[in-house]
Amino acid sequence: MQLNFIGKLGRQGIYILEDLGRMGVYLFKAIAAVFKTPFRLRECIKQVHFIGAGSLAVIFFTALSTGMVLGLQGYYSLSKFGAEGMLGSAVSLTLIMELGPVLTALMVAGRAGSAMCAELGIMAISEQIDALDCMAIDPFRYLITPKFIGALISVPLLTALFDVIGIAGGYIAGVKLMGVNPGSFVEGMRSSVTNHDIYLGFVKSVVFSLLVVWICTGRGFFVREIRGAGFGAESVSRVTTQAVVLSSIAVLVFDYLLTAVLL
Amino acid sequence: MTESAIQFRDVVKTFSRADGGNQYVLDGVSFDIPVGKTTVIAGGSGQGKSVTLKLILGLMAPDAGHIMVGGSDVPRLRGRALEKLRTRFGVLFQGAALFDSMTVYDNVALPLRERTAKSEEEIKVQVLQTLEQLELSGAEERYPAQLSGGMRKRVGLARALQLEPEIMLFDEPTTGLDPVMTQDIYRLFARTQKRVGFTSVIVSHDIPRVLNLADQVIILHNGAMDIFESPEEIQWSDKKHIQDFVKTTMGQIYQSRLVEI
Repeated sequence: MQLNFIGKLGRQGIYILEDLGRMGVYLFKAIAAVFKTPFRLRECIKQVHFIGAGSLAVIFFTALSTGMVLGLQGYYSLSKFGAEGMLGSAVSLTLIMELGPVLTALMVAGRAGSAMCAELGIMAISEQIDALDCMAIDPFRYLITPKFIGALISVPLLTALFDVIGIAGGYIAGVKLMGVNPGSFVEGMRSSVTNHDIYLGFVKSVVFSLLVVWICTGRGFFVREIRGAGFGAESVSRVTTQAVVLSSIAVLVFDYLLTAVLL
Repeated sequence: MTESAIQFRDVVKTFSRADGGNQYVLDGVSFDIPVGKTTVIAGGSGQGKSVTLKLILGLMAPDAGHIMVGGSDVPRLRGRALEKLRTRFGVLFQGAALFDSMTVYDNVALPLRERTAKSEEEIKVQVLQTLEQLELSGAEERYPAQLSGGMRKRVGLARALQLEPEIMLFDEPTTGLDPVMTQDIYRLFARTQKRVGFTSVIVSHDIPRVLNLADQVIILHNGAMDIFESPEEIQWSDKKHIQDFVKTTMGQIYQSRLVEI
């Protein structure tokens, strides 16, 4: 009984190590395939369109509502100390350093990450990826790398857009609705946001985009190797859920780590 | 002795079972697949038929042994060398494995676009010609989901033939097809093989019909294998598991004849 438990624990440990190793090799191969010819420029552009342009509406509404809530909430807290003038600085710093990169990554994971995972999962279970291998077409160069490039280009851009729209939302709520002085809002923002803050936001968005595309495509790619996922359509649905959950958690954990290291 | 396209030498492949033990799918198996001939690999489900195909293609590595194709040991090949080796193969997958977001034309053109320097014009000529030979004219613009099972297999065959493979591997080519369609597909295989001259390896449990195509039959059973030169030889075998296999797959008619004689 006790031995059985230890055996189970060991097997689970080995499985986790295996999985980490598999995902590590996967990441390495996907990045190495960036330099493999012929390049799939058209496919990369398609992915930028899908991940980037396709997420515009979601990003717009999330950013606007987040910014407006920040404006209201910030006004409420700051007015207690008579510091409404600091609203511009509070809204912009929060958005640029934290909420912009994190929420953009979460939105992209939910919208594009799940789609990429399901697409690759279905290709894997219907042997379409094996078929590529057999035709001596590198599935990394053909399928995976364009998704990596697409995400690495679009997520930082989406994050920048999120920041701008969010700050505009904060401005609308704070200045237009609550009556904060527009000059102090803009001046507060200009004097407090430094290049380093923007740099931190940018680094975060790059790291998060890599995490999301890596976990989401990797889970789909290895759908047949994942223990407990089951088979067929069910395995794809489970793995897709798992991919979105895992990548969201990874984004939140790395958000803390990056803030702690880079701040 | 004819030349061998593929040689298995003492190949061992195990899978770990859920209870922690090992299951031997192939336990020191050796055989030769002759050039230009048709070899059928048969056996019940879970006896390692598909594993054998994956080993040949280097999609899976054996635990021990050598798999020689054209003078190189497949499990030892990596990267470009493995890619190069794979261009010698054409594979028809069980579910045809067509790219379902591409049209029939794009599916068949894919290997040419990715692996050759041919112009779009040349590709068009070649693809349309193959589609016509496989009685698929007019289906170019359709998507795999809009095709019948038999048509899908033919598109898979068309795609596999584009790079003029020396060796064609068929994984359960007639699963899910009705008997008439099955005969059609077999006829098409035989005709195409005559025209192109490839070595053909068919993994199938469609016994006895697939035996009409076979020059050699390999039956896998519990990690071991038996080689037969003809369908008759299988029925005459005195091994218990082969007799059982014959009884379950070929049915009572063959069995009773065996008893009478």
